[in-house]
Amino acid sequence: MSDMRTPLSRVRGLGSAKKGTEHFFMQRVTALANIPLTLFLVGALVVHAGSDYATMTAFLGNPFIGLIMLLLIVSAVYHMRLGLQVVIEDYIHGEASKLLALIANQFFAFTICVACILAVLKLVIG
Amino acid sequence: MTDQTTRARPLSPHIQIYRWTLTMMLSILHRATGVALYAGTVLLAWWLLAAATGPEAYAQVKTVSSAWYGRLVLFGYSWALFHHMFGGLRHFIWDTGRGFDLKHVEIIARLTSLLPLILTASVWVAAYAYLGAF
Repeated sequence: MSDMRTPLSRVRGLGSAKKGTEHFFMQRVTALANIPLTLFLVGALVVHAGSDYATMTAFLGNPFIGLIMLLLIVSAVYHMRLGLQVVIEDYIHGEASKLLALIANQFFAFTICVACILAVLKLVIG
Repeated sequence: MTDQTTRARPLSPHIQIYRWTLTMMLSILHRATGVALYAGTVLLAWWLLAAATGPEAYAQVKTVSSAWYGRLVLFGYSWALFHHMFGGLRHFIWDTGRGFDLKHVEIIARLTSLLPLILTASVWVAAYAYLGAF
């Protein structure tokens, strides 16, 4: 028994996905970034709990606030896309439905990301 | 596929077999809160797009976020965020190779269950203070 692979694995011949530790590493990097970024958003939402439209948009329109919001969006979306990918891979076993779910995950994450970026850019640039 | 790969093999017991433990619950909750936070980004996008669209669109967000059901969702979302964050911190500790012994696992589990609750409550007390509730 020099080969520990199952017969099915040998037949398919699928080896490494050549991605190495990228998924794990980026999951951790974005997790780290998310801590200060989400704490900032929570703090901002608390302070602006009673703010009207003009105050809120003036706040979000500040380029420095906009920068933090953009970093938050990119980091959070990257992180959640990786996370849900693992959830899908763990629980959805049919090849077709798994593939569809993985594609839906990409579409959802990118749509949220682009929508938020668009909104922040409009608030900052006007 | 050969018979060898398709024959019925013994399965490991699933969650309904085991006695529930705190660490097991936290593991499941980490995933559940992660998925909830994922779904809830729709609200973040809605809020930002509404702010970028104009006062009428923003007023709709305010109406929903001020209603009892909106507050309930936001409360749950804030807890999910803190819970997932502390779950992540727990994993960072484990990433360094520390805290795997039963004693520390249990201590960390208790802290990562309690602290998010305290933080969530604090955040909401502060938010209501800014709303002029007290």
